Amino acid sequence: MQENKEKLLYELLSSINQHKLPPDVAHIEIHGNEVLNAHLVKGLEVEAKSFEDGVDVKIKVREVIKNPVRFCFGMIPPNGIQKIIINTTVEKDASASFIASCTFPNAKNIQHLMDAFITIEENASLSYFERHVHGPDGGVTIVPNTKVLVKENGRFSTEFELIKGAAGVIEIKYEAEIGINATTNMKARIFGRMNDSIHIKEKAHLIGENSTGVLTSHIALKDNAVAIVENEIIADAAFSRGHVDCKEIVQGNAKARAIPIVEVNNPKAHVTHEAAIGSVDSKQLETLLSRGLTEDEATELIIQGLLK
Amino acid sequence: MKILQLNNVSLLKESKSILKGITIEIWNGYIHAIVGPNGAGKSTLANTIMGLSGYRDSSGDIIFDGKSIKDLSIDERARLGITLVFQEPARFEGLTVKDFILSGSKIKSKDIAIEALARVGLDPIKYINRAVDKTLSGGERKRIELASVYAMKPRLLLMDEPDSGVDIDSLKYIFDILQELKSQGSTVVLVTHSPEVLKKADHAFLICGGEIVCKGDAQKVFEYFVNKCSPCKHIGKPSKD
Ligand SMILES: Nc1ncnc2c1ncn2[C@@H]1O[C@H](COP(=O)(O)OP(=O)(O)OP(=O)(O)O)[C@@H](O)[C@H]1O
Ligand SMILES: [Mg+2]
Repeated sequence: MQENKEKLLYELLSSINQHKLPPDVAHIEIHGNEVLNAHLVKGLEVEAKSFEDGVDVKIKVREVIKNPVRFCFGMIPPNGIQKIIINTTVEKDASASFIASCTFPNAKNIQHLMDAFITIEENASLSYFERHVHGPDGGVTIVPNTKVLVKENGRFSTEFELIKGAAGVIEIKYEAEIGINATTNMKARIFGRMNDSIHIKEKAHLIGENSTGVLTSHIALKDNAVAIVENEIIADAAFSRGHVDCKEIVQGNAKARAIPIVEVNNPKAHVTHEAAIGSVDSKQLETLLSRGLTEDEATELIIQGLLK
Repeated sequence: MKILQLNNVSLLKESKSILKGITIEIWNGYIHAIVGPNGAGKSTLANTIMGLSGYRDSSGDIIFDGKSIKDLSIDERARLGITLVFQEPARFEGLTVKDFILSGSKIKSKDIAIEALARVGLDPIKYINRAVDKTLSGGERKRIELASVYAMKPRLLLMDEPDSGVDIDSLKYIFDILQELKSQGSTVVLVTHSPEVLKKADHAFLICGGEIVCKGDAQKVFEYFVNKCSPCKHIGKPSKD
């Protein structure tokens, strides 16, 4: 059993190229419904409970945590379900940055469901970076559902990256309520190919005066991939500012739809949006062609930039 | 020796005649200017030589190095050594200055990008990892464009309005690097409506209403442009004198 655990841990970490971490870096590895390993640092409290097909995790950040905390979620077998329920509280004046790697290197039919509730208390901050590593065959359904409350002077930023491997089916839902002087940045960078289906629904509700919300989606699609991006910003408070940035490059038979919703309920609030969907920008392309790159090389460079 | 020759090149746009039988020869190793008032057809001519989309169905012939390039794509022309700098260079999200500069360079080494940046007077440490995006000023963007041209070492550089959006300091670096390219054997064609830019050329063509009305030594074309062309009401119909 112990041996099996170590083997899984090794395979999980190999798939994300992460091995030995220094002792002042906290890290937690979860395979399926089992916590394989956890190493905590001062100021970070984690409680985890397994249930049938997942893990319920409670995280408290009580101080300023210097080094990014590494999470690794994943499954080595090709089939299965992994449900992760995470409750995270970042206490007053505390801060942390989380780097989560979600890895399904052999996926044929895997569901990765995540329900996250995040509370950023006064003056606290959290940055959450989630990187997905999938095998080449797709076969993963990812459903992250996140609710965030950012209180006065709090800062929350999240970034979702899926660039390597096939995306499979992605249903991202993020909702944030942003209080006085607080800021939220949500960014998704996804490369969809083959039969990938991507649905992003992000909502920022600016309820506090002087709050800021920025929603960014940069997506490149090829083959038969499909993406729908719904970005919504509602500004209720004076001096709140919001921006939606949706850029999608579409090639082959891929299809993209962007639905920006911008609602302003206070004359002193200001929300903007920009959306650009289409093939590669012709001026960018012609610039690189005129330096001698082929069309494929030029397109690749432009897409790499967009997803950076 | 001539590097580029246009034989009776004409171009229609929405059934309007924009270039009307342009015949010119561009001699190797000089800085040339194509000068003329707004709307004369200068950018159209440069874009036609580069073969940009929308400028590919010209009549007549375009000969580079003794061979017709009319049926070649943009990148095929570029691989022969032709390149173009737009009046307003494109902005790229995320693409770093380093990767952009090296895109046209045969040797993909960081040192080349550093040297190219230094040549256009931009501190490599400050710029090399920045993105070639909207956050660059107009002058910075144009100098980075020239750094990428410098790394490419083109045989023929077409540069549309080198001074637009550029202050005097940046302009100095731009003309320095054009001289440097010339001394390394590149041929430069400046597209401009400015008599000041014209002065930097060795040789020039004056275009008006899609026709070449005067050509020769840059000084001679300068005088013609300032004395005859500028006072004229820019009706786009060159008169016989
Ligand atoms: N797609 C088009 N359809 C119709 N007319 C066009 C088109 N593109 C250019 N033109 C016209 O062709 C003429 C030449 O344009 P061009 O951009 O080459 O001028 P230019 O000499 O570069 O002027 P400027 O100094 O303003 O840059 C102009 O009258 C312009 O309106
Ligand atoms: Mg022009």
